[in-house]
Amino acid sequence: MDTAAHAHHHDHHHDHKPGFVQRWLFSTNHKDIGTLYIIFSLVAAFVGIGISFLMRLELQSPGMQIFADGQMWNAYISAHGLIMVFFVIMPALIGGFGNWFVPIMIGAPDMAFPRMNNISFWLIVPAFLLLAASLFVGGGAGAGWTIYPPLSDDTYQTGPAMDLALFALHLAGASSILGAANFITTIFNMRAPGMTLHKMPLFVWSMLVTAFLLLLAVPVLAGAITMLITDRNFGTAFFDPAGGGDPVLFQHLFWFFGHPEVYIMILPAFGIVSHVVSTFSKKPVFGYLGMAYAMVAIGFVGFIVWAHHMFTSGIDVDTRAYFMAATMVIAVPTGIKIFSWIATMWGGSVKLDTPMLFAIGFIFLFTVGGVTGVVLANAGITQILHNTYYVVAHFHYVLSLGAVFGIYCGIYYWLGKMSGRQYPEKLGQIHFWLTFVGVNLTFFPMHFLGNQGMPRRYPDYPDAFWGWNLVASIGSYIAIASFLFFFYVLWVTFTKGARAAANPWGEGATTLEWQVSSPPPFHTFDELPRVR
Amino acid sequence: MPDRAQMAARNRRVAGAAFGVVFGMVGLSFAAVPLYDLFCRVTGFGGTPMIGQAAPAQPGEFVVTVRFNANTQPNLPWRFEPAQPAVQLRVGEEAVGFYLARNLSDAPATGISTYNVTPEVVGKYFHKTACFCFEEQTLAPGQQVDMPLAFWVDPRIAEDPNTRGIRTITVNYTFFRSLKDAERAGAVASTGPHVGRAAAQP
Repeated sequence: MDTAAHAHHHDHHHDHKPGFVQRWLFSTNHKDIGTLYIIFSLVAAFVGIGISFLMRLELQSPGMQIFADGQMWNAYISAHGLIMVFFVIMPALIGGFGNWFVPIMIGAPDMAFPRMNNISFWLIVPAFLLLAASLFVGGGAGAGWTIYPPLSDDTYQTGPAMDLALFALHLAGASSILGAANFITTIFNMRAPGMTLHKMPLFVWSMLVTAFLLLLAVPVLAGAITMLITDRNFGTAFFDPAGGGDPVLFQHLFWFFGHPEVYIMILPAFGIVSHVVSTFSKKPVFGYLGMAYAMVAIGFVGFIVWAHHMFTSGIDVDTRAYFMAATMVIAVPTGIKIFSWIATMWGGSVKLDTPMLFAIGFIFLFTVGGVTGVVLANAGITQILHNTYYVVAHFHYVLSLGAVFGIYCGIYYWLGKMSGRQYPEKLGQIHFWLTFVGVNLTFFPMHFLGNQGMPRRYPDYPDAFWGWNLVASIGSYIAIASFLFFFYVLWVTFTKGARAAANPWGEGATTLEWQVSSPPPFHTFDELPRVR
Repeated sequence: MPDRAQMAARNRRVAGAAFGVVFGMVGLSFAAVPLYDLFCRVTGFGGTPMIGQAAPAQPGEFVVTVRFNANTQPNLPWRFEPAQPAVQLRVGEEAVGFYLARNLSDAPATGISTYNVTPEVVGKYFHKTACFCFEEQTLAPGQQVDMPLAFWVDPRIAEDPNTRGIRTITVNYTFFRSLKDAERAGAVASTGPHVGRAAAQP
């Protein structure tokens, strides 16, 4: 009884924070872990974007400029892809914003398993180090982010670099799975009284669907890469026909994970954009339930379309017809979301602050990427466009311009909330326009290059492709400059930014995070809020 | 709000279910290995021929041409080729074709082949009753053998709207050196200097 009373007394020291090591290394506080994830993602982005800078330097003109050979090129593009997917987009959107705002938005004091949350974060750090190390071991792991055998087997990727990369994926996967289980438990069990599933903010819905996708998809990747590791090191032949295996099986397993993975990256951005569009239009989001269940539908259909990545892997025409039709069906719930965002803005009192600019940019660019996605869903057209720069343009429009705009959107929307200081509006807008011009200049010409037949994953090309490659490289330098400018914006915010009010956005911002102070106290919602 | 202990128990239940799903999916991904194989064998998917059914007593009228194709992995020191380019047969009629294989090296070599038929849609109508491809084949140094295969084409191929226009079926084999043999002979494939930085140097 005595201890209980003491503990109770202790809880009331509201902003009693532990010391630095205790707070940041042994952190169990969802906000601190969220902050760690965001910092980690920005650091990884430096590496990932740095590699893309090298890639665009190489591709700026025909001939070999800075890369020694094809294997080195392959190792770098593989690292770029894996870093961006597993160590930039996922940590920022899921680990970062998810940890920060899911508990606050549902009125919970913290995540369900705070210590597991800590493990999730500290697994992803060594994973990143292993992947970065693989670049410097032997010839690197140059099998693309899709790591298809036979290219990824011990015949073509000798030495431990590939094994390091595979083990990095294992650790990153374990981190994601632990995080997903934590989110599901938190969202199912720890909602404040009155916060029913159908009243949950759309960002929380997006995290719930994402967590389920992680739970179902990542273990399949774990299985596939375990088989790859045993094929490489222990003489099994899961993917080797000489021992009765089948390399196409790997493609099935990989894409059963890989396709949901692309929704894992984009769904949280959908959630953020919904909040921002509603906040800056001063209207509740149009068609709330339709928006929530559109995400559920996208998540479900995402599991039954995987072979559209394998249209040229020798699957028969009926199978192609099914996967083509199922893929196009995804355009329906996605269209519901796009139109609902537009309908939210329609007739609203729209204010074009930086988060809203990024949200509108997201909607526009994601739609462009979605349209090229429908083009690529056609099995016949994919026979020609498969593995060309058209595909590269498509997935950068939905990820580099979609998911990354979602990250920027979330950072500007919540920066005042998370740090207590509001970003300078003018600088934010300059950052948006720099990024918008840069990325479009980089990736739009890739559609032309792809249509002209330029294949991806080569460090060199015939002179005929020079023009648009030069344009793309110049665009990428602008985009990279905008990334550096973003750090300047952050620096100005932290040093000179105005103190943020609890709710700097006014009446449009209705979710629970705007009812706590900026930054929120170390422990939020000791008294559970009641949601009407 | 339930008290702490109740809450912890509820959280553990949900997390337990979540980890159950994770282990289930890992299990399914390994189960995919035999299931994938089984699926192809049962449905003829990807041109996988049917095995072990006897031909019907009465052949049909429809005539198809069966062509023979052969591939050899460079690692296997064999010359492997069809003895005849093609045979013509009526559906429902059993026919025999031969491949010639010769070991070109001065050591015994064991090969195993993968096989399918194209167009892939005819997999479920193409039956093999006997085939050298069902087992590993070991050839002594310089030995040449005839490798037989017996097959028939299901008369229903003429009724199925997806296959009734098909007059020519190609039978494919690719011989690989068996893993054990490759290991024994020290011929386990590995990258030489043909990739990586070393390749760039003269």
